[in-house]
Amino acid sequence: MLALYFKLIEKRKMHHEKITTVAGIGCSSRFPYFVQAHGAHFIHGRALPFATGVSLSRPDLHVFVFGGDGDAFSIGGNHFTHTARKNVKLTYCVMDNNVYGLTKNQTSPTSPIGYKSKTDAWGSGDRPINPMKQAIAAGATFVARTTHTNPNHVLQMMEAAMDHDGFSFIECLSECVEFYPGAFDGANPRKGGQFPEVPKDHDVTDEYAAYKLSEELMPGKFGIFYKVNRPTKNANEAKIISTNREKFAALPDWQILQKNFDRMK
Amino acid sequence: MSDATTAAPAQAGGTPQVSHISEAVIRIAGNSQDGIQAIGGFLARLAGRSEQEVMTFMTIPSTISGGPSIFQVRIGSGEVLSAGDEADVLLCFYQHSYENHLGSLKKGGIVLYDSDHVKEIKPENETKYRHIGLPISSLVVEAIGGTGRDKGKNVYALGLIAKMFNLDVPKLHRLLSERFAGKDPKVAETAIAAFNGGYSHTLAAASELFKFKPGENVGHNQIVMGGNEALAYGLIAAGVRFGAGYPITPWSDIMELLRKELPKYGGSFIQCEDEIASVAMAIGASWGGRVAVTGSSGPGISLKTEAIGWAVMAEVPLVVVDVQRGGPSTGMPTNVEQSDFNIACFGGHGDSPRVVIAPSSVEDCFYTAIEAVNIARKYSTPVIILTDQGIASRIEAFKMPELEKICQDITPDFTPVADHKPYDLAAADGITRHLAPGTRVASGKYPIVTGLEHDELGHPTGSPKLHVQMTAKRRNKLKKLGADLPTPTVFGPPEGQVLLVSWGSSKGPVEEAVKQARAAGDAVSALHIKYLNPLPNGLEKIFEAFTHVLVVELNDEGFYGYGQLGAVLRARYCDPKIRGLTKVDGLTWKIREILDRVKAMTK
Repeated sequence: MLALYFKLIEKRKMHHEKITTVAGIGCSSRFPYFVQAHGAHFIHGRALPFATGVSLSRPDLHVFVFGGDGDAFSIGGNHFTHTARKNVKLTYCVMDNNVYGLTKNQTSPTSPIGYKSKTDAWGSGDRPINPMKQAIAAGATFVARTTHTNPNHVLQMMEAAMDHDGFSFIECLSECVEFYPGAFDGANPRKGGQFPEVPKDHDVTDEYAAYKLSEELMPGKFGIFYKVNRPTKNANEAKIISTNREKFAALPDWQILQKNFDRMK
Repeated sequence: MSDATTAAPAQAGGTPQVSHISEAVIRIAGNSQDGIQAIGGFLARLAGRSEQEVMTFMTIPSTISGGPSIFQVRIGSGEVLSAGDEADVLLCFYQHSYENHLGSLKKGGIVLYDSDHVKEIKPENETKYRHIGLPISSLVVEAIGGTGRDKGKNVYALGLIAKMFNLDVPKLHRLLSERFAGKDPKVAETAIAAFNGGYSHTLAAASELFKFKPGENVGHNQIVMGGNEALAYGLIAAGVRFGAGYPITPWSDIMELLRKELPKYGGSFIQCEDEIASVAMAIGASWGGRVAVTGSSGPGISLKTEAIGWAVMAEVPLVVVDVQRGGPSTGMPTNVEQSDFNIACFGGHGDSPRVVIAPSSVEDCFYTAIEAVNIARKYSTPVIILTDQGIASRIEAFKMPELEKICQDITPDFTPVADHKPYDLAAADGITRHLAPGTRVASGKYPIVTGLEHDELGHPTGSPKLHVQMTAKRRNKLKKLGADLPTPTVFGPPEGQVLLVSWGSSKGPVEEAVKQARAAGDAVSALHIKYLNPLPNGLEKIFEAFTHVLVVELNDEGFYGYGQLGAVLRARYCDPKIRGLTKVDGLTWKIREILDRVKAMTK
């Protein structure tokens, strides 16, 4: 995914200084160190609100957030929901490996039932989160699924996500070769699996159709499940600002404050 | 009512005499929906416009609506340091307000009550206090008509108070019209009718009426506001244009105000899904190049501590407001306490030095906010503004700030650089400098900010040597700040028997206690500490000149008998004469309480 991120930056001729790479904690999250661009490695689960602060205060920057399934759906689950709902303009790539790898093999929120880990020696019993459904239900306006074994497809999804005006979410199946080898073989043609793309006639604005695609079992479908346009948080805030600014056309800041203070005499 | 120069006592049934006074404490007791805060607000604003000093105190129930509530306002022609121990006049709307607050009235004080609701008056009370019963509820209906139940009762009572204290009626009319400006003009008309109804009452039952001596703050051009307001406006003046928060009492006022005001300046305040998101978002925006704010009260600060630790590690500037309330846990949400000192100074895991400063008054909230922003920027550090419920909700009048001079522009600088190491260990001042994203680095080596221990470029390292060096770097830059802080000056003579040490909202009551003690011949002085972490240097020299050093704090004495600041002062100076003078009843200090405790502790 890192190589593809570089490829994307190169292909789209983005200026390094205008890119910001933000990550939380997890195997996926050392990403910013490998990128020659301004980057931040924040605390576990909170990369999205951090990135939201960057996106809303600096609309001139491209904000990319990388994380894993633990970051996105466990400790940061609440932030995933609300960043999607607010439709903050940024791209969130979740490298989903269905396991906690950095801490050496504990059950993750996307681990399938029956998965044997150090915290579920007898097999996980909790129903796993379906990232695609979660994203659609939360209000994400761009929801796509890809897998690391198909680099061209990853790049295609990242490019489409970047061009989307709003919260764009990509689930990228990313095998943990150390602790959960073979997790996604079913989606890897080189290992006897299949790589079925989203059917050409799928309507990306149809929420129910997107849910239907999300329900398919491994390998499932790959591509853009859902894509709609809804005003972004960034646009909403910009509108509030411009409406307020109109009333104070060309006044220096201190005079705007003075007007308030004069009313408090 | 000090300095009352009363003419001969009034004849029964005659015109009441007018006494000239320099200050008065008026307590209004009713229920939270009676609009008694509004009366207090009008009185405070009027005092501000009359070049007087004013301080208020209120209690509100932590329920949505209803429940007993009080508002106390102390108006003085000279200096006012606290909201007053005892009331000169008590206005009460109900039997429960009468019974619960009669004790707050000084002996011989006036109790003005609504005789429609207050029915039982004990004979022994009638000899202790001057009782004036008026059927306020029925009089209001008479004055403004209709069946408007309790509506207008507060403004009618304001009219009565205006009559009793000979207040400036045209100014009050103007305040009423301003208050209801933008609403149906009938609303203001009705309010003025209710006010005039009260004001035209003869108050024949009163033996005495009052008139304030002229205010001493001549030509001050005063403004009147609450502590939370002043803090929020201070942040705006300082150039803050982004904030994020989550609602919690008593912090919410600040976020509501910033949400409404920041867009006028091109900024935003975002209401987040939780406390953690709000601190994370503010840090993200700060890293974006312009210091941002988040804030909360007690429980919310606990939730933010991990992220504040990140800002310490990554050395990203940030302002965090903590409006303290009674704790721990949900505690006493609408009461005052100063028990977040420890979490503000030391909260979080690891060695994480940060700056903590505490405002001492409403006016100080405004200037402290600006200072916090500037320290955060200069030292690239999180700064916690440790205010409390006692200042947050009280109203004061203070001199109009010179906004043209004070307001600052802190737009980030994007000048391209050849190369940059944010955590440069060789930097002359030892302070980290971050580049705002968007700044071009010609070498192509872009810095990273991280919570992992890192090298000078921000890349992770497991090197013990670097951890030692970077830990020292984070500590030393703030030690330097400590060394540059002014040593506070003693209030009163610089030597004596007792030194009362205060922080935060206790400054006023402690200084008033000093005045009273000295008037009684006791050698008591005070020292107020605004910079709590790091502390300024030179305190031990000041302590040397006193026999007792008593640290006055609104928190528990703990296992070892000191409050939270007291324990730190003991640890730093190893001086057994430093002791704690603490309480946790959820109310601000009464002067009497401080003086009695001093007496008991220094016997």
